Amino acid sequence: MRAFGMLAVVVVGLAGLAAAGRSPQAGGSVTGKVRFTGAKPVMAKIDMSDESVCKAKYPATPTEESVVVNPNGTLANVFVYVKAGLPAGYTAAAPAGDVVLDQNGCRYHPHVLGIQTGQKLAIKNSDGILHNIKAVGKANRPFNVSQPTSMTTERVFSAPEVMVPLECNVHGWMHAYLGVLPHGFFAVTGADGSFSIKGLPPGTYTIEAWHEKYGTQVATVTVTAGAKTQDFTFTAR
Amino acid sequence: MYSKWCAGCHGEDGKGDGPAAAHMLPRPRDFTGAVYQIRTTANGQLPTDADLRHSIDDGLFGTAMPGWKGRLSDAERRDVLAYLKTFSAFFADTSQRPVALAFGREPGSDVRVGRQFYDSIGCRKCHGDLGRGDGPSAPTLKDDAGFPIFAADLAQNWRFNGGGDVAAIYRRLRTGLDGTPMPSFSDLIDQKFLTADELWHLAQYVRSLSPARTPELHDVLHAPEVRGPLPAAPDDSAWNRVAATWFPLVGQVIHKSRWFTPAIAGVWVQALHDGRALALRITWDDRSQSPDSAWAPFTQRVLAAVAGDDSAAAAAPWPDQLIVQFPTKIPEGMERPYFLMGATTQPVYQWRWTSARRTSGRAVAGLARGIERFDSLPAAAAPAAQAVYDHGQWRLVLTRALATPDSADELQFRTGRAIPVAFFGQDGSNGEFGTRMAVSTWYFLALDQPTPPRVFVTPVVAIAVTLGLGLVLVRRAQQRGTKA
Repeated sequence: MRAFGMLAVVVVGLAGLAAAGRSPQAGGSVTGKVRFTGAKPVMAKIDMSDESVCKAKYPATPTEESVVVNPNGTLANVFVYVKAGLPAGYTAAAPAGDVVLDQNGCRYHPHVLGIQTGQKLAIKNSDGILHNIKAVGKANRPFNVSQPTSMTTERVFSAPEVMVPLECNVHGWMHAYLGVLPHGFFAVTGADGSFSIKGLPPGTYTIEAWHEKYGTQVATVTVTAGAKTQDFTFTAR
Repeated sequence: MYSKWCAGCHGEDGKGDGPAAAHMLPRPRDFTGAVYQIRTTANGQLPTDADLRHSIDDGLFGTAMPGWKGRLSDAERRDVLAYLKTFSAFFADTSQRPVALAFGREPGSDVRVGRQFYDSIGCRKCHGDLGRGDGPSAPTLKDDAGFPIFAADLAQNWRFNGGGDVAAIYRRLRTGLDGTPMPSFSDLIDQKFLTADELWHLAQYVRSLSPARTPELHDVLHAPEVRGPLPAAPDDSAWNRVAATWFPLVGQVIHKSRWFTPAIAGVWVQALHDGRALALRITWDDRSQSPDSAWAPFTQRVLAAVAGDDSAAAAAPWPDQLIVQFPTKIPEGMERPYFLMGATTQPVYQWRWTSARRTSGRAVAGLARGIERFDSLPAAAAPAAQAVYDHGQWRLVLTRALATPDSADELQFRTGRAIPVAFFGQDGSNGEFGTRMAVSTWYFLALDQPTPPRVFVTPVVAIAVTLGLGLVLVRRAQQRGTKA
């Protein structure tokens, strides 16, 4: 399952590269870690006994994923992105590749992901049992599509929105969050809690870190050529 | 116009948060998001003006939204429509032009194919195997705002928000009900998982789950006389030969704590007597056999969402309950006790059945003196009760002797009289307890007498005599004419 998270980081990383005009060496980057302090919350177990196909994919009872604390004390599934600071009217062409959201084992992979406006989101049902995929955005029009079998549905988002909640109503525990941006300067923390946003033109940026349970944190970062480090810390509550 | 007629529920700012909204489930539409259930446009798209006009004119069946065709003029309804579109920027966005889908024509009916797709596309997950809204995912359903929402009971098509005929059902399958968990199935046609005709057959199958005609209101529940024994078991095949009468129930909104969101839409009642005892079979759709731990989170969400107007908090979980009410005596004139469980001065005689004591074989008989006071009578005279719960439906048979020793408190049933009767229901999983219930008004129960032969003979004789006299008169008139 962790491989999916890694994959997500690679995918959004590539998206970032593409958005920067395929010249990652140009401009600077912001990298960092998202730390977690305080008591690690216990995630509720998910009862998949009504879905044997999904249940069979787990050696032990799966748990919810609203807070995933890594062994090194960092927080996974944090969406880090450039909220402000790009030149007015800055847009980047959407990269050609699709962003893939996979429904596998009655969970979403990845749990948190980013996409550019105009880019295709390929929603894949690898379980072959009924899922419905519902997007409950505010800036974007909603959708709610039935997928009773192994299939892929494609959708495009037209308006920037952090975040668009995605859910399955057949399996009430299934939630994913999609950050829609007009540029590719975003990343999602994975199993080591780190993120990297590359190819930023020199300038001063507002960087926001979003977490589904712990809300948002912002930092102001001035980027020149080269790497800049900016860490974030979320505290248990 | 909007402030006067719409804002009470939908709010001055169109956010669906008017003063009445807190009592309602589902909540009134929040116009600011421009997400509408009933459309002819693709899933996620804005509705057309005609779609909005349809909802304003005819209302949304099964909800608190009435039709306004008879109340507001054509111009007024057009103005309201234009005004409510201003609550969302989406309508001003020219890239969002709503276009109605082409739905094609309904093919010949094939409910067998429809049933196959009911299973293969997973309708049962929410709507249940027999469509009564009792599927395994039903207790977890929420709308976009996070409020609990029922999967539709597909056996009550007259309550489908967007209409219950095959064409309306097909449109909902194609467009989905935006803002609710009900998805669109159009992509399945595009991806060749099924054809448009097969989706039509599914709509035909769904339609077939409801009665051919919307149940009509009848004042009188007839209990034919049969030779005993009366069928005491709810699934005795003898009941299949007895006509069922539909009695709608509505929320109890008179006495605090009021209840605007009852789960039970009505009861089907059948009655039989054999000259010594009366048997009633009461059938009602209820998504859960309360108390059911799977529904406990749903119950909590209902209670959190619906504003109570008192602070009385009883301990969940609650059972399901069904009450049949009569006066203590058959009234001589039109006077009847207060329908809402009588009064101190004029009690009513009730049979109370609850799922918590369903194995006891008896309901409780007693006297209600107002909605909050119930004094039970000795168990010996209580009606026998047998109930089954099956796929989102309760079937309950209550049987009692027509005559009992305690004629002061217990109604003595007699044939050929109009006996007032009323029904009350509670779904514990919907947070219904105490005064939070669904109620009916008074109706009449008539224990029919066996029809004596003269009832059939007399009209025939009368017709023959009239015809004969008429012929004689005509003959006479003709003879007179000939003579002249």
